[in-house]
Amino acid sequence: MLIFENIMLAISGLWANKMRALLTMLGIIIGIGSVIGIMTVGDSMQSSMTSNMQSMGASNITVSLTQKSDSDVREGGATLMFRRQSWSDEDLLTDSMIDDYLKYYGDQVEAIGLSESLGSKKIEEDDNITVSLTGGNAAYQTVQDVKIQRGRFFTDEDVENERTVAVVSDVLCENLFGRVDPIGKTVSVTVGTKVHTFHIIGTYEYQDMGIALGSTDAIPETAMYIPISVAKSINHSAAGYSSFTVVGKADADAQALLQNTKDFFASYYTRNNSYTATATNLESLMEMMQEMMGTVSLAIAVIAGISLLVGGIGVMNIMLVSITERTREIGTRKALGATNNSIRIQFIVESVIICLIGGVIGIAVGAGLGSFGANLLGYAATPSISAIVTAVSFSMAIGVFFGYYPANKAAKLDPIEALRYE
Amino acid sequence: MNDRKEIIRMSGIVKKFNVGAENELEILHGIDLTVYEGEFVAVVGESGSGKSTLMNIIGVLDRPTEGRYILDGIDISTMHDKELSKIRCDKIGFVFQTFNLIPRTTALKNVELPMMYAGHSGSSRTKRAKELLQTVGMGERMTHRPNELSGGQKQRVAIARAMANDPAMILADEPTGALDSKTGRLVMDLFHQLHEQQGKTIVLITHSEQLASECERIITISDGMIIGERKGGGARSAHL
Repeated sequence: MLIFENIMLAISGLWANKMRALLTMLGIIIGIGSVIGIMTVGDSMQSSMTSNMQSMGASNITVSLTQKSDSDVREGGATLMFRRQSWSDEDLLTDSMIDDYLKYYGDQVEAIGLSESLGSKKIEEDDNITVSLTGGNAAYQTVQDVKIQRGRFFTDEDVENERTVAVVSDVLCENLFGRVDPIGKTVSVTVGTKVHTFHIIGTYEYQDMGIALGSTDAIPETAMYIPISVAKSINHSAAGYSSFTVVGKADADAQALLQNTKDFFASYYTRNNSYTATATNLESLMEMMQEMMGTVSLAIAVIAGISLLVGGIGVMNIMLVSITERTREIGTRKALGATNNSIRIQFIVESVIICLIGGVIGIAVGAGLGSFGANLLGYAATPSISAIVTAVSFSMAIGVFFGYYPANKAAKLDPIEALRYE
Repeated sequence: MNDRKEIIRMSGIVKKFNVGAENELEILHGIDLTVYEGEFVAVVGESGSGKSTLMNIIGVLDRPTEGRYILDGIDISTMHDKELSKIRCDKIGFVFQTFNLIPRTTALKNVELPMMYAGHSGSSRTKRAKELLQTVGMGERMTHRPNELSGGQKQRVAIARAMANDPAMILADEPTGALDSKTGRLVMDLFHQLHEQQGKTIVLITHSEQLASECERIITISDGMIIGERKGGGARSAHL
């Protein structure tokens, strides 16, 4: 009954002191605004990364060599910290290990993707275009989810026979050949001092992953896939892999397969002093990312908490001033029959209104800046609904919390003293 | 004397401040006062005579230290704050020297205020507030805010507000004190009108003998005691 009147009264009171009200709200606006802004960027980042990762295949397991922790290879001295030498050929994962692995778990495995990266290379035909030259086996198509547009991906036979064929992106073809059919054309890459020429047998659809921050180049660097046997011979690398990818079957238990894979390959390295094999999948990566985001969120929450605390104290201060100014009004209201409780409610409502308006402005500012920031980083902006709901309820809670003391002070005023107040 | 209904019945009212302390101070030394329904009573006294303290007790803003006070049949001597608020709301209509309208709100909202605290619904409140403002001749200025009204207009709004819950008594504290003599006259005429036409019980607190002499009964207070009581009803002077 009284609430609606109190709300109207509070708004008219604030309107009469616009500047003061705005300055009071500033702390709340900054606090809420920064939380909403950062959470909008964070949520946008996370949702676009998650969808990217899912499109890359969440069930993929990456088996890779990792250095055993320093405590396991204690050799002494400060030099230890810098002893990050690369693995030797004996440490690498081998084809025979993979064959054994498939004997045990082949029924759960869709494909095993092998790869050898040769890094970023300029192509001979056009100085402005670089490719990331990657050797792979036939199954690597499945692992990378390469969508063939024209022609085909290379086969196991191409790999075995070390055929100098390549699968390139549609973007590259368009820039290099325009509308002409690129199949059968050649493209050359310099590795070291030698120029290698490849026959294009297929093109794939380039998907912008959105992860490359601030890549403003007109022509994005795209992957150029060549048979892994060719890549290894170009690179003079040993037979073996520092990492490879296992694609589990859709109906296989992803977590069990991950654990089995980890245990299986680690068993080869029990006697190795420096290295072991580990297996991770995107799910565990995403968990790590979420954990990291959680830490960041906590830090933001602390900062926001402090600014909201300061804002809340500002609100309390202005409420105390306002109550002193309106002492006679309070006395009059009491003489006219207002109970202590109705006075208390009146001022708590006023303080909540200040905080709520501050919160709403903060949400608008935060969502605006956050969306702008997300767009700047190249993500689709998704204002966080949960953050907005939290912010609104939190700002109301601040209003009640910091409004209670002044309101209570007002409620307890002696009507005679208050009426006499000059 | 007669069998009219008693609105105020005070017996042996004593008011002390700083009770029990070294600087204990007794302001009222045993007041006996009865006001009947429909009376227009003036309480006159010099400043420092204790009339403000008496007014606070009559208006239920304060409790007596000793004695009994029965207001409209209700013994309020031992009531606590919340009950006193309710009594003020239902039984007493205050009119202050300095008007004490709530700033930033319209005349209409000011008149609605006591009804809001009494818990009346919005539409019935507005209807009654409009009627009351018509009665006091402020029908044309209902949407004006206090700072847009003259002193006399403010006091008329305040009188309409005092009438809002149809109280047992209107308690007016120097209602013409802040007004020039001409508007003061108009405000006093309004009180007479309410008294004569609606039979309102009015208690007027003032230091002015001239003002008091217009009322039916005049009670003189000095040094915390009633020192005289006489009939009034004298001529109303053109200017106060």
